[in-house]
Amino acid sequence: MHRVVALYRSSVGKKILMAFTGFIWIGFLAGHMFGNLKAFQGAGAFDSYAHHLRIFGEPILPYKGFLWAFRTVMFLALAIHVLFSWQTSRQSWAARTTGYRRQKSLNFDFASRWMRWTGVLILVFLVFHILHMTTGTLHSPTFEAETLTQSFAFHNLVTGLVSPWMAAIYFVAMVAILFHLWHGVWSIFQTLGGNHPKYTGWRRPFAVLVSIVIFLGFVSIPVSVLTGIVTQ
Amino acid sequence: MNLDAKIPAGPIEQKWDKHRFDMKLVNPANKRKYEVIVVGTGLAGASAAATLGELGYRVKCFTFHDSARRAHSIAAQGGINSAKNYQGDGDSIFRLFYDTVKGGDFRSREANVYRLAEVSLNIIDQAVAQGVPFAREYGGLLANRSFGGAQVSRTFYARGQTGQQLLLGAYQALKRQVALGTVKVYTRHEMLDLVVEDGVAKGIVTRDLVSGKVESHAGHAVVLATGGYSNVFFLSTNAKGCNVTATWRAAKKGAGFANPCYTQIHPTCIPPAGDYQSKLTLMSESLRNDGRIWVPKKAGDERRARDIPEDERDYYLERFYPSFGNLSPRDISSRRAKEMVDTGHGVGHMKNGVFLDFKDSIQRLGREVIAERYGNLFEMYEKITGENPYEVPMRIFPAPHYTMGGLWVDYNLMSNVPGLFVLGEANFSDHGANRLGASALMQGLADGYFVAPLTVGHYLAGVPRDPVTNDHAVFRDAEQAVAEKTSRLLAVNGHKTVDEFHIELGRLMWENVGMERNEAGLKETLQKIPEIRERFWSEVRVLGSGDTLNQSLEKAGRVADFLEFAEVMAWDALTRDESCGAHYRTEHTTPDGEAKRDDEDFAFVSVWEHKGVGEKPVLHKEPLEFENVKLSTRSYK
Amino acid sequence: MNLTLHVWRQDGPTAPGRFETYQAKDVSEHASFLEMLDLVNEDLTREGKEPIAFEHDCREGICGSCGMMINGTPHGPNKMVATCQLHMRFFHDGDEIWIEPFRATAFPIIRDLVVDRSALDRIIDAGGYISIRTGSPTDANSIPIRKRDADEAMDAAQCIGCGACVAACPNASAMLFTSAKVSHLGLLPQGQPERWTRVVDMIAQHDLEGFGTCTNHGACQEACPKGISVDFIARLNRDLMQASWKAAEPPVAAAGGGG
Ligand SMILES: Cc1cc2nc3c(=O)[nH]c(=O)nc-3n(C[C@H](O)[C@H](O)[C@H](O)COP(=O)(O)OP(=O)(O)OC[C@H]3O[C@@H](n4cnc5c(N)ncnc54)[C@H](O)[C@@H]3O)c2cc1C
Ligand code: HEM
Ligand code: HEM
Ligand code: SF4
Ligand code: F3S
Ligand code: FES
Repeated sequence: MHRVVALYRSSVGKKILMAFTGFIWIGFLAGHMFGNLKAFQGAGAFDSYAHHLRIFGEPILPYKGFLWAFRTVMFLALAIHVLFSWQTSRQSWAARTTGYRRQKSLNFDFASRWMRWTGVLILVFLVFHILHMTTGTLHSPTFEAETLTQSFAFHNLVTGLVSPWMAAIYFVAMVAILFHLWHGVWSIFQTLGGNHPKYTGWRRPFAVLVSIVIFLGFVSIPVSVLTGIVTQ
Repeated sequence: MNLDAKIPAGPIEQKWDKHRFDMKLVNPANKRKYEVIVVGTGLAGASAAATLGELGYRVKCFTFHDSARRAHSIAAQGGINSAKNYQGDGDSIFRLFYDTVKGGDFRSREANVYRLAEVSLNIIDQAVAQGVPFAREYGGLLANRSFGGAQVSRTFYARGQTGQQLLLGAYQALKRQVALGTVKVYTRHEMLDLVVEDGVAKGIVTRDLVSGKVESHAGHAVVLATGGYSNVFFLSTNAKGCNVTATWRAAKKGAGFANPCYTQIHPTCIPPAGDYQSKLTLMSESLRNDGRIWVPKKAGDERRARDIPEDERDYYLERFYPSFGNLSPRDISSRRAKEMVDTGHGVGHMKNGVFLDFKDSIQRLGREVIAERYGNLFEMYEKITGENPYEVPMRIFPAPHYTMGGLWVDYNLMSNVPGLFVLGEANFSDHGANRLGASALMQGLADGYFVAPLTVGHYLAGVPRDPVTNDHAVFRDAEQAVAEKTSRLLAVNGHKTVDEFHIELGRLMWENVGMERNEAGLKETLQKIPEIRERFWSEVRVLGSGDTLNQSLEKAGRVADFLEFAEVMAWDALTRDESCGAHYRTEHTTPDGEAKRDDEDFAFVSVWEHKGVGEKPVLHKEPLEFENVKLSTRSYK
Repeated sequence: MNLTLHVWRQDGPTAPGRFETYQAKDVSEHASFLEMLDLVNEDLTREGKEPIAFEHDCREGICGSCGMMINGTPHGPNKMVATCQLHMRFFHDGDEIWIEPFRATAFPIIRDLVVDRSALDRIIDAGGYISIRTGSPTDANSIPIRKRDADEAMDAAQCIGCGACVAACPNASAMLFTSAKVSHLGLLPQGQPERWTRVVDMIAQHDLEGFGTCTNHGACQEACPKGISVDFIARLNRDLMQASWKAAEPPVAAAGGGG
């Protein structure tokens, strides 16, 4: 046990946990993107997928049981990720209080400098996004809450994104995700010690590929709604 | 001056073993009651401090560097010798002993050298166990190469950074003791005096280089491992901080200075590029294995190397020494290069070098082979000079590199001042008049790991265990003297910088007490040094104060000491009226122009006793006897 | 060539610092950067101004003493060299050069460009060694080591402890240094017994010294005069993870007598 505590105490341990939780969220994003892409198959496919998530595991689990378990895990992962990014950021800020008059960036990629800010953007977006698509709080009056037998996710999605403003918010958030993962996916390999002469060279292209696929997968939705490719 | 070398009786192979048994031991429970001061954290100092700490003594270790790991030993490139005979090519302890005595031109002490060769085996074991990543063969065993003209492969190396890796090993051992609390390391502390009470070493005075605070530290024994004094020449391959201060101040307190004129010049260094040159860079000697050395036949030839046809090139080493050619020993190749430059055949924009040309070997072996052997050296050369050695021949010239002279010590590495031990390059013991390549690292570690910890213990066993303090008046006096000297330097406030004086002294020493010496030049030098010294004390300008970090002040103190010490060097060179090893008196040459030894009159160690600044020091002699290696003349024709 | 230098001057650890501008005149392109500073210092001294304090010793890129920010990069614009190996031929007549000390909370400024890097030494104190006793080891060839491992250990061991990695890192993290040390010993069979405690303890000391957290920027590798690779940081992370999975052994009190 004291080793686990030591892991938590050390800066490297924190960053290892950040990488794990980041990885969990990437997994979620992949799944979420996959689900979102069902929008191209029309309302039926999309809504039944959304409904399925809620009744998954029934009757062993109660209605939304799986969903809540899942939400808990995701929430904890996010909390750990955010908490440790806050703690490690503070450690780093304190580690250099006077900057340089001039400094050339020697970083491997441009995205690494913006991790903290793209991260905050993602967090803000998440809150907004849940209030928008899940609770409907920030949605136009057209929001339709789910029922025990049906989900109206597709309807909510399309009506929620027809406004160019909304689409723009989603777009900006997706750019943040793109940048966060651009560095983050590569960073996971590095942080978890996943380097080996055989595939070290593939880490960076892989990270770029993953982040671009996720970015394109997600933005295709608001873009398609705006341009009318996906309509009700 | 008592110069009893205390060489144990008996056959040479048994001396050290027998001595180890005869030495007195300190009861383990009492070790902690003894305090030992170690000055220097190079190979010799760090290994000694670590081992003494490990044995249980309380150790205070001082260095003027900001970290123990920055000592000049870090710069050694080539390798370290050991008589392991892993290559099975006929090496043995006796062969290493024999080569070293002969290489030193019969001016070293047989018993010490034999012990060095014996202990060389343990050094490699020790270093490997510490994690020194020596080069290895594919089978996983240690690799060796032959070095400095040796006929067996006994040199262990870690790329071109052997000194660095060995020092890191010793430094880590030291840090382990720091963590265990047995050793305390004082960084950025310069030792500025030795405290001697009733003829016995009792402690040191230091200056904290950051706060300027002058303090004294008392110990039951004092160990100096403060390195060499090549920087007396200003330009040398040594780090800028290397100096003679610690040993010289000890000499002023009564320690004999032995063989100060034995200074080694390394033949393959990059020549100075201009007046602003601050130090010289060594290029590994291994380059001579494949490079050919030449100069244009015509003096003052202005053409580029590639435009000079074959028949107008003088491959002078191949001409003079057909059998050894470009691999002739360090001192011989150095002198010949100087001769070429002095007669107007020098190359480069300052006409101060000779060519080391790889054209033929590139043609013969191909560029890849040469790149594999010397790639990193070529890169280093290009970084410094901006010239590409694959295309243009390298330029090289000799430079001061190592000092065989140092404080006199007996077989126990103790100076004539009881309680003062001297290790590594700072002592005079093992290399005679010339040092073989890859043997300084060996000596530093032998002294520090395997000899001093035992001999210091032997000394301590005869010393009362009472706690030491620096309450005595001698400590106050010494502190005051140091503080006064510092304020004097600050008070001169003349118009010339410290470096101007250092450069002036260096040029003088290089001209007259460098590679070649003669009576007229030495006498002139003895006249000029006091004159420079006097001007120094009335014209030097040291700004700032004594209670902050003040690098000019540090430098000024060191140059002031060089200005005193240089005189002893010149006296030594003048009185040693023979040529031997690196000490080359133009009056004493063989018909072929080689060093001519005079064993009849000069088979002794010259030990100088300080009599006051500006006074002629007094010469004492320790006779040298050769029972195991027959006196013979070197020949490299 | 003639150059304009903007140099950070600071009289002491707590004194406020400032940039001062000096002219370096008639600098030869063959001179090294430190020789250029020597010349400036000689001029300053003659003018009665205190010379610029900067650290240096070997002047051949191995002792790790030298180090300053030159136009925003540690050790200057050239890759794989220390400041002392940087030559003026890489600058042009009329250039303006900004010279600043390495900045990190763990590297307090002592004066001008001289900073206190003893934090790196204390990271070694925390376990950067192999515990053996002088004279006790077995024959050096009794444990063969794969050439690949020996070479990789040497790659890590080349670190000169200059601190440029810290200076370059946006987080002022000393992870490259720490990882080089941990990997050097961890790659060798002799380093195995202490491998897991070493990594935990050295990282703990790293944090205690006030260095930042590594977020894999990679600037350290780019600035490192010895080209130490960030792959060693990955290796360090892996070691730390393994160390936490290994069953915790109760700590044993150090043996007396200085063991
Ligand atoms: C470029 C170069 C390459 C070399 N290559 C080789 C090689 O390949 N093989 C080989 O065997 N040898 C080689 N040598 C020689 C060898 O490196 C040195 O002789 C040896 O390392 C000296 O070690 P040392 O411990 O005696 O002294 P150093 O390593 O010089 O250490 C001296 C220590 O004393 C301290 N000190 C000095 N004065 C004071 C003072 N007044 N107060 C406080 N502290 C003080 C310093 O801070 C330092 O810690 C080379 C030398 C040079 C210059
Ligand atoms: C264009 C991009 C996106 C679209 C169109 C989109 C769409 C949706 C929709 C329609 C829902 C509601 C699903 C339901 O009620 O079943 C939803 C839920 C959610 N989305 Fe997104 N999303 C996008 C991007 C993201 C991103 C980038 C993240 C994470 C960083 C994210 C995280 C979530 C979460 C956490 C939920 C709530 C799941 C739950 O019910 O617990 N979304 N999203
Ligand atoms: C408030 C929200 C967030 C903040 C402040 C934040 C911040 C950070 C920071 C500072 C890092 C360290 C940079 C690094 O180590 O390379 C990081 C890494 C990472 N983040 Fe986030 N992040 C947030 C949300 C997310 C989300 C929602 C995801 C998933 C989509 C994510 C995925 C990652 C990944 C994969 C890494 C790399 C981990 C590593 O190896 O270090 N982050 N984040
Ligand atoms: S890792 Fe590189 S930059 Fe960092 S201290 Fe070592 S040599 Fe310097
Ligand atoms: S730049 Fe800094 S963030 Fe890590 S990879 Fe290097 S230590
Ligand atoms: S002065 Fe030694 S590394 Fe630059």
